[in-house]
Parts: sequence; structure tokens; C-alpha cells
Amino acid sequence: MEVASIARAGGRARRRRPDGWSALTILAAALVAGPLLVLPASFVVAPDALSDFTGLLPDAALATVYLLVGVGAGTLVLGTALAALMAFCDFPGRRWLEWAVVLPLAMPGYVFTLFALGARDDLGLTWLPLRSAGGAVAVFTLTLYPYVYLLARNAFLSQGAELVEAARGLGLGPVRAIIRVAVPIARPAILGGVALALMESLADFGSVNLLGVQTFTNAIYKVYNGAFDRDAALQLGTLLVSVTLTLLVIERSTRGRARYAAESGRRFAPIRLRGPAAVAAVAAPLALVGLVVLAPVAQLTVWSVQSIQDGLLAPEFGTAARNSLLLAAMSIALVVGAALVMAYGRRVSASASAGRAVSVATIGYGVPGSVVAVAVLVPLGWLDHRLDDVAGVGLILTGTVISLFVAYTVRFVALAFQSVDSGLERVPRSLDDAARGLGSDRLDVLARVHVPLIWGAMATAGLLVFTEVMRELPATLLLRPLGGDTLAVAVWQATAESLYQTAALPALLIVLVGLGPVAVLIHLSRRLA
Amino acid sequence: MSVAVHGVAKAFGTTRAVAGVDLELSRGELVSVLGPSGCGKTTLLRMIAGFEVPDAGTIVVGGQTVAGPGEWVPPERRRIGMVFQDYALFPHLRVRDNVAFGLARRDAGERGRLTTRTLELVGLQHKGDRYPHELSGGERQRVALARALAPEPELVLLDEPFSSLDATLRADLRREVALILREAGATALLVTHDQEEALTLGDRLAVMREGALVQAGAPTDVYARPADRWTAQFVGEVNVLAGIADGASVRTDIGDLTLPAPAEGPVHVALRPEQLRVDAAHDPNAEVVDRDFRGHDVLYRLRHQAGLTLLVQLPSLELHEVGARVFVGPVASAVVPVVD
Repeated sequence: MEVASIARAGGRARRRRPDGWSALTILAAALVAGPLLVLPASFVVAPDALSDFTGLLPDAALATVYLLVGVGAGTLVLGTALAALMAFCDFPGRRWLEWAVVLPLAMPGYVFTLFALGARDDLGLTWLPLRSAGGAVAVFTLTLYPYVYLLARNAFLSQGAELVEAARGLGLGPVRAIIRVAVPIARPAILGGVALALMESLADFGSVNLLGVQTFTNAIYKVYNGAFDRDAALQLGTLLVSVTLTLLVIERSTRGRARYAAESGRRFAPIRLRGPAAVAAVAAPLALVGLVVLAPVAQLTVWSVQSIQDGLLAPEFGTAARNSLLLAAMSIALVVGAALVMAYGRRVSASASAGRAVSVATIGYGVPGSVVAVAVLVPLGWLDHRLDDVAGVGLILTGTVISLFVAYTVRFVALAFQSVDSGLERVPRSLDDAARGLGSDRLDVLARVHVPLIWGAMATAGLLVFTEVMRELPATLLLRPLGGDTLAVAVWQATAESLYQTAALPALLIVLVGLGPVAVLIHLSRRLA
Repeated sequence: MSVAVHGVAKAFGTTRAVAGVDLELSRGELVSVLGPSGCGKTTLLRMIAGFEVPDAGTIVVGGQTVAGPGEWVPPERRRIGMVFQDYALFPHLRVRDNVAFGLARRDAGERGRLTTRTLELVGLQHKGDRYPHELSGGERQRVALARALAPEPELVLLDEPFSSLDATLRADLRREVALILREAGATALLVTHDQEEALTLGDRLAVMREGALVQAGAPTDVYARPADRWTAQFVGEVNVLAGIADGASVRTDIGDLTLPAPAEGPVHVALRPEQLRVDAAHDPNAEVVDRDFRGHDVLYRLRHQAGLTLLVQLPSLELHEVGARVFVGPVASAVVPVVD
């Protein structure tokens, strides 16, 4: 019988001991977040490790500043302007364009870089200084502005009409009313979107590497892959993570405030655009989507066909495609499973430490892939050698896909968690109680009540994880076993050698897979609206 | 004794939600716990169900100690059925599967038999293939009841089961639920903040205030002889009158009234509005200040010449206008308890 465990503690108060679910949740969170502890620890273990590489630091710091300022300003202006246009104006085709401008989310930075470099050479525009910090800023602004757009648009739509109308009643024209009232009210949401875009750009490795911009991720790759100096790589990673985690904290703290910004039911009566203004309102977003999505997809398709006809396809293409699919598919079960344990564990556990452990575990999303890769190798390497000592099995963790799965879980569990957790939040707690009163234990409740009810949220989480693993580059590059190339690695390698046709087909597949979650996102948002 | 709760207490932080409650239920008995919101009645229910762990006290259900020093039985092993305020029907399961949810460990034949029998008991055998969202509020409630009854629990708990229903539906459903519980022979504990519900439904009524039970007894007794002024006011409208007791009667501003038990000296007594009458044959001694027309009866607020305001409930056969002067006095049968 599952009895026992009201222990006397401090006079009359009795408390139940932490149950199995709390323990399981804390364990899962510790496994996910644990590897990240080696980042700061590297400064203790090898204080001087970076001294050989101090030459890298000024460049990396400068590039980081460039990206923060350039991408910050670029996504802020582009995302907010588009959001204001779609939320406050009406013009022919708006209902399509307001979702079309989200499509760049499906375009990984390094694929757009491949397109930009190849198209520049084909068109003879060699004077374009793409291989520069400015080029990187352009690539990131064009592919990451949807983060700002989505959050700003949502904030504009939820703030209602009264305040802008009040400002217009006080004598402001429509444009000035939006700039002076609507935008400031939406500031937390816009800031959150910019923080996300900046996090993504600092985490990127493929684009900056191909464009020759010496960022931290590039430096980590050099130090780790070129000089095999693990401690120096960990320390560079720590420096980078201190910036990205700051951004993550900003993003999380704005999320709460954004929710409580003035909300009202009535929507702003849109400003009807006519004549040249309407033409511009249609043409500008269309040109943007054309440049970032349609043109690359068309160009990649042409190159793909050429590469097949001319036999330029890499011989490893089949293997890479199979590897990508297998890794992504297997990650779904692992990452969504971990997210489900953590979300459900936090829900049913009475202990506050389980909740805290989960919050810590979800910071992995703020840690760039290259840093995660270097970090997970430390505990896995240690464990590997212990296992080898005991059983003599050789290195079964670090040299294999197991390390890749660990890295993917650390990096992407937050993504799956968010989706699964918001699904669970919509299930009334009385259903848990009802099922338990009818004789189901916690696991039984999960299987018979929650999983059937949050199936959609779990599928969304799985789709997100699938796509992210498909396009993930730096962690895969650093951890892949021999002969374990993926589509992302194939794109990067071929582009680095200027073999654009060879890179095209794998890149096209990555973009097409990426359209899946964007379509789901659009579908869900439309249903809510 | 089917259920015995002794000295049960629970605090959340510094707030004492339940402070030492004793309550016993005999087999087949239906007991209502009545109290204002925040009085701890739902916490008491959740401790009996096993969703909260008591800080002190013991709970025995069907001879098994389910909570007590060194004892803890998780909710899924308590054999207690619960009907929730929002019904908590599983939206992804048909009515039949909702009812069968608690029968997972029975063999298929018994599961089918019990499900069908319980659906028939609540009169929903023809709706077994519907989903909860396809049912009316009253039907959902009956499914929730059927689901709680199907595993033949030792005790059924009902948490404000009628609060999300229309007023018109409520009275019918109340009667129906009471009948179903009787027919099933279930021992049931219901918590509510609605005094009418508590008075009509229970074999016994327990009034709860600030975490403690202030009175328990037959609904008629609690209504007629409330333990204190607060209880008198909570289970219905009441006039509290000051008077001087002298043995079996008490002298008040509106005349001498009969006491249920002898008392002496200055006291307060509780006089229900229906224990007052208006009589045209006497000289007026009060003025109608306000009138609350409720259909079958009318609640008047009268200003008595002695300076007190009286609530008087009269049938709506004959109406008195605001401002009219009338004679008001106690009915002959009025017995008034002391409520100091």
C-alpha cells in the first residue's frame, strides 16, 4: 500500500515528503541544465586558458556590439513599422500580407547567406560588401524581424482603440497618434521581440562564419575545432552566454509586463489607404517577402535542378538527408518527453524547488548551440571515461549521436516546454482531482486525461523541435560522429567552398521543412483572431 | 459510522482555513455543510477527498484511517467520489466513458453493467454516446454525479454542485440529485453557501464559520433554534429583539414571546419574519417603509412605533403600500430562541 509519509515536522505541522514526481522533475531539470554549470566552472579549473587567444577577444567584442546595435535597430524599425501598418491600416491584400511577412521565420540565416552570396556572384554585383559586419546585420535583420513583428502586432491589436482615439481627439493626426501613443504602450512587447532577435543573431554560427565576421561563435569554433582548447572555448562561451542570458532575462521580464498593458475589447477602426499609399503598402511587404523567401526559394530550386542535371550533388547527400531526418525525428520523442515530464511534474508537485528547477532548465534556449556543444562534452566525457574504466566499452557517449541528442535536448527543451506547458495550463485542475478521485494515480491521469487533451500542443512542440534540429548547425558540426553529416552541415560546407549549386538542394529541403511550423503558427493565430 | 472526521485542521501560511472540525456521517446519510465563502468548507471537503493534507486530526472513511498521524492514503485509494463545481467532465471522452473512467480495474462485463446501471439511475441512458459539450448544464451535472457514483464509493462529496446552474433549473435538479443519492444508498457530504440549498437537501445541516463548525443538526432545528445570532442570520432572514427573560417567556417591545428553554434577565431573541403577522382589526402601530415583492410572498420592512425596524414576511394575497400604517404583532405559535 502506498501509505506512510505524514511526518511530524515542527510541532503540529505535518507535511508530506516530496513525492516521486517532484524528484523526477528535479532530476530531468538537472540533467538538462547541469551541463551548463561547467561554463563558469571553466574559469576556476583553468584560469589562464584564454591567455593564448586574447587576440580573438577585441574582434569578437566589436562584432557583438555591431550585431547588437545593427540588428537591434534594424529589427526594431522593420518589425514595428510592418506591425503598425498591418494592425492600424487597411488596404487590398492586407489579410494575406499580414501573414506572408511571417514567412522569413522559415529561412535560416545561413541559407539566406548562401542565396545572397550565390546571387551576388551570378548577377556580377561583386562590389556589394556582403562579407562584412554590415552584411551580417542585413542578413539577420531580414530573417529575424518577424519576432518583433509578431509580438508588436499582437500588442497593437490587444491594446484596443480607446487610447489612440483619445489621442486623435486631442488633435493628433493618425500617424502621430500611433507613434506617440500606440508604440510606447507596446514597448514591452517590442523590446521582447528585439531581445529574441538579438539572441538568435548572437547564437548564429553559419551566417557569420560564411560571411567571415569574427563573432564569439566563430571564435569558439576556431578555438575548439582548430586549437582543441576546451577550457578556452568554454570561457569564450561563458562570455557570450552572459550577453544572451541578459537578453533572455529582458525578454522574460517584458513578457509579464506586456500582458498587463492596457487591454480592451474594441479594435481600432483601420485607416483605409488609397492611391499611392495603398500601392506602397502592398509593394513594400511584397518586395520584402520576395527578397527573403520567394527569390531564395526560386533560386535554390533552379540551382537544385542544375545540380541534379550536372551531377553536382554531393555524393553524401543521401546520407545527410537520412541523418537529418533520423536525428530530428528521434529528438522529438526525447525533447518533447523531457518537456512533458518537467511541465507535468511542476503541475502536480507540491514542492517549490521543482518549479525553480524547471525555470533553470529552460534557460538552455538562451545558450547558443556552439556553447551547448562544448558544455555537454565535459560531463559526457567524464562519464565516458568512468564507463570505459568500469566496463571497457570505449567512448560510447562523446563519439556518438548520444552527445548530439543531449545537446539538442539542452538547447531545445525550452521550446517544447513552452508549448506543452501552455497546453497543460488550459486543462482545468479539477480534471486532475476528478481522475484521482476515480482511482487513477498520477501517471494514469497523465496517460488517460492530459495526453489526450494536449495532443495538439505536443504535436506543435514536436514540429518545432523537428524543424530546429533539422536546421541546427553549430552543435551538430562540433559533435557529429564521423560520417555523420546532416543537411545543415552539407549546406554550410558547400557554401564555404562557394559550391552554391551543391548546397542548394539540402538548403531547399531545410526551408521547406521550416515552413511547417510557420504554417501551424499562422493557422493557430488566425483561429485565435 | 461511515465517515468520521476528528480535530481536522489546516493552515495556509498564517491563514487558518480549518481549525479543528469534528463531523460524523452515518451510512446513507446526506449532510450539508453551509457557510459563507472563505469559511474553509471547501478545504474541509478537499482534505476528506485527499487533495489537501491536514495539519492535524484524523479522517476515517469506511473503517479505514485515510489521514492521521503517520497515516496517509492518496485520493485514488480512498473510495470517495466527488462532484465538482465545474463538473470536471473529461471533454475528450463520451458520457459513457466518463462514467466508466473509475471502473478501469473492473473486468469488461462488470464495467459495462455498472456504467449502464448508473446511467439509468441518473436517467441518461440514451445520451451515453454524446460528448460533454453536447449536453445541457443539468445533464452535465447528472453525468458528473453518475461518474462519482459508478465505482460505488464509500462517500460522495459534492462541492457547490448547483452554483453554475440557472435559478429555475436549480430547484428541480436539487430534488432530483437528492432522490438519486437516496436510491443509490450513498453517504454524501455537500458543501454550499446557499442556505436554501442546505435546508432542503440535507438530512443534517452543519453550519461552518471561520474554519469551525458552529452548529450541526436537523435543518428544521438549526432554523428554529440557531446557536447564535450569526447562525440565525445566516440561515435565513431574522429580527433580533432585545428583551427581559423571565422563565419561559421574554418581554420585548412588541409583546411577550415564548422561549423554547427557560432563561432569566436581559437577552436577545431571534424572531423570523414569518412569525409576525399584520392585523387590520387592531390600531396601527407601524408604518411600511419598504416592500420586497417575491411572487409567492412579500417581505416588508416596517418601522415599529417603539423605534425598531421589523422584517415581516406575508403571503402576497393582500398587499400593503409603502407608507401605509398597519398593526404588526407576533403569531400565536411564535417560539423564539435566545441568540446572545
